[in-house]
Amino acid sequence: MQDVREALYVGSRSDGTLIRRPMSPHLQVYKMRLSMFLSISNRITGVAATAGSALGVVWLTALAKGPKSFAAARKVTGNPLGQVILAGWIISLVWHTVGGLRHFIWDAGKRYDKKELNEDGPVAVGVIAGVGVVLAGALLCVSGCRAHRRSKARKAS
Amino acid sequence: MNAPVSQHRDVMRSQLGRARGLGSGHSGTGHWIAERVSAATLLPLSGWFVVQMFRLGGDDYEEVAKWGGRPLNATMLTALVISSFYHAEVGLQVIVDDYVHGKAHVPAKFAVRFGTGILGVLGVVAVLKLALGRSAPKA
Repeated sequence: MQDVREALYVGSRSDGTLIRRPMSPHLQVYKMRLSMFLSISNRITGVAATAGSALGVVWLTALAKGPKSFAAARKVTGNPLGQVILAGWIISLVWHTVGGLRHFIWDAGKRYDKKELNEDGPVAVGVIAGVGVVLAGALLCVSGCRAHRRSKARKAS
Repeated sequence: MNAPVSQHRDVMRSQLGRARGLGSGHSGTGHWIAERVSAATLLPLSGWFVVQMFRLGGDDYEEVAKWGGRPLNATMLTALVISSFYHAEVGLQVIVDDYVHGKAHVPAKFAVRFGTGILGVLGVVAVLKLALGRSAPKA
């Protein structure tokens, strides 16, 4: 027995012979619904946000190490691929935060009926898309512009 | 009484398996609360961090290092790092519980704890070095 959970699948027929009881319907028999997609994506964005935070710690470590490693870290964050990763991190965080806020509402016993869930799903998607894109765009633009101005000022001096 | 003994013994063993690995471990509620509390903690801390990044993004080393060295910023950063990786640990553990079965389960849980723990400590040490480790700037 590889998994103790297998024990739950052992059943016996009325004649005493042992059988493996059937599993309940699994993922593949369900039609993908928005609530299902949002639930799964909340986990995926949680993992993505963790990966991004790991990179954030790498950034903090580079800052603590000194000017040279900080300059290397800035090369990564200023790179187009780095900018895409940063945007992905920000959007994952927004996504996971919106999902988490919905969980708080459900934990309080509110908006947990089927009708309400289906009403709130599209709203959540709108909030994620709006806040995520605006926040990522604004943050990357502000940072990029400031970095540009700083490097110009340094060259001029 | 009439049923063959050996088969009943098999059923008995399944029951033991059930008792060993299934049912409430009486630690689920605490885990659930830890997930919620750390999430609630992260809301203001991440909000603070986003505002700081708007003020700081694109700045040069000197400004950023000075920012990280201020006591209030270092405190907020430490709190942010700790609650982030605590929340990540609690959340990733649930994912491992749900999807990683069999022999890989225990190593996967160790990997989650070790990975998030080390990253959290690394972040805290980096912040402490920024706050305490730099020589005082020349006036």
